[in-house]
Amino acid sequence: MLGLNKKDFNLLLIVMALALLAPFLLNPFPSDSGLAQFNAGYPDLMQKFVIFGIFAIGFNILFGLTGYLSFGHAAFLGVGSYSCVWMFKLLGYNVLPGIMLSVVTSGIFAYLIGIVSLRRSGIYFSILTLAFAQMSFALAYSVLSNPKFNLTNGETGLQVYADDPQIFHSASAPDLPHLFGLSMRATEKLQIGAWEFQFNAGYYLCAIIMIAMFYLSIRIFRSPFGMMLRAIKSNNTRMNYTGLNARPYTLAAFVISGMYAGLAGGLLSAMDPLAGAERMQWTASGEVVLMTILGGAGTLIGPVLGSGLIKYFENIFSKINSTVLHNWFSFLPEGLEDLMVTLIYPFVGKGWHLTLGVMFMLIVIFLPGGLVEGGQRVKRLFKRRKSSDTDDEATQSTPAE
Amino acid sequence: MGILEVKNVNKRFGGLQALGDVNLSVEENSVHAIIGPNGAGKSTLLNCLIGKLIPDTGSVMFDGQSVLGRKPYEICQMGISRVFQTPEIFGELSVLENMMIPIFAKRDGAFRMHAIESSSNEKTIIEQAEHVLDSLNMADKRHMNSASMSRGDKRRLEIGMCLSQNPRLLLLDEPTAGMARADTNNTIDLLKQISDERDITIAIIEHDMHVVFSLAERITVLAQGTPLVEDTPDNIKGHPKVREAYLGESA
Repeated sequence: MLGLNKKDFNLLLIVMALALLAPFLLNPFPSDSGLAQFNAGYPDLMQKFVIFGIFAIGFNILFGLTGYLSFGHAAFLGVGSYSCVWMFKLLGYNVLPGIMLSVVTSGIFAYLIGIVSLRRSGIYFSILTLAFAQMSFALAYSVLSNPKFNLTNGETGLQVYADDPQIFHSASAPDLPHLFGLSMRATEKLQIGAWEFQFNAGYYLCAIIMIAMFYLSIRIFRSPFGMMLRAIKSNNTRMNYTGLNARPYTLAAFVISGMYAGLAGGLLSAMDPLAGAERMQWTASGEVVLMTILGGAGTLIGPVLGSGLIKYFENIFSKINSTVLHNWFSFLPEGLEDLMVTLIYPFVGKGWHLTLGVMFMLIVIFLPGGLVEGGQRVKRLFKRRKSSDTDDEATQSTPAE
Repeated sequence: MGILEVKNVNKRFGGLQALGDVNLSVEENSVHAIIGPNGAGKSTLLNCLIGKLIPDTGSVMFDGQSVLGRKPYEICQMGISRVFQTPEIFGELSVLENMMIPIFAKRDGAFRMHAIESSSNEKTIIEQAEHVLDSLNMADKRHMNSASMSRGDKRRLEIGMCLSQNPRLLLLDEPTAGMARADTNNTIDLLKQISDERDITIAIIEHDMHVVFSLAERITVLAQGTPLVEDTPDNIKGHPKVREAYLGESA
């Protein structure tokens, strides 16, 4: 179906279901219950899930297939964000030109950085990309925001002002990012019993783009091009002596994954028309590496799961403060309650990074293949149990003598 | 004129003269062995033939064209395939995929952007790959991960990958080093079969005299970076100079 084999098509269906039903899936707890703070079905957060999903899917095309670990992918995210806001400033609030320009500019950026960085491999490649990303950050943060030539608006971040040209802006169109009049902030609310589900136009735009990008990545993984990329990761020497030029292959993968990052950046701006330099910082580059490894580098669905998990932690765990903790443990005697809160407090709220770090360590040590490997192990365990059951029956039915 | 003509090749590494005035001519469709004691310059010579090293002086011509200054992938596209001392295969890929990649390279050249087509739709490539695997008696292993095969099978696969491109010259660098006797004999039989059935020139660097004398039609003996003698195996066997080079003057 759609040029995919059955297994891949099923995977696509799963991702489609996850993305389209997210407003339900992420809101499992009634809004008046104590667990409601674990709900993640808000437009802002759901948008981040799918946008960073796109970012990680793209990153995985480079890292998962070729093994080239880029530490500067946030640069393309940032370039995409700025491009999109510039389109808002110049043309108007329709998101389509903005998103398209972010893909194009980040592609050009990735091509230029790729040509230089891909002269080296391994750790040197990582350091080169990191250097380029930090340079881009510095450019965006200060160099390109002087009064004579203000491309990025420095510390404040690039945003749309009332005196911007916006030449295609019509009076009837909303004064916010929109797709042919449909505001990205438009949200339908559905009340069922104690549950409230939110359906946001911006989220669904991002989700549909994410599904399309996921589909594209499956096609790339299963193509001869994808096979060549895996061959580069596996044995670059044999690649050269088989008459294949590895450089353009890696460069193409680098540009494609840069364009994915640019698309994600453009969508971030399309959801919230503000682009800041901090999007290019090295922590943002590191985050996408974590997402991909956590989910399972080189697997199709891994990056989507990884980005979801990290964004969930970042937004939900960080909201648990000491009052919430005291509420949870209020049933305990006072001394014990304080002890529990003191023990858990460093791992929640502002300390959510600590939990993430511990989790990352555990996964890398025990599940080097990420969450996907975890899933496969569970599946295998069930299979083995089933087959050992049948073995038992077989031995029972044939008596020893 | 041989298919491979090496003329006056010199290569120095600092104070060490690795190759001094090497002249070598490999006849088309022959099996030519290059032997010599350790440090004789065999590997340096081979690296000069496949673009890994550039000699200081001299020329290396393949079928009338110079190979000097060309990248390894360009030299491969000219029709020179190389088999390594330790089998170089795509360990993380399946055996069938290993075989498909060189056939893609032969059809599409050094680079082609085919990112949307599905590899499982490339029927002719798969058919060709399976045909080569069949001829190597490896058809039953095609879905195996190639890293998990025995060394002998890896060597077979590597040779098969080279042959799938129909090269005109096959260069082998100690193809049986570190192999068990049975695997060595299998490799010898395979190479014999290849040179009998195909229009292919084989140049082989080897330590193992058993391999050399069961395969080669011509032998060049290299010592201290210069060719000592070039002759047929029968004449090489009893040659006093060769004995001297291998066993020292006292022998």
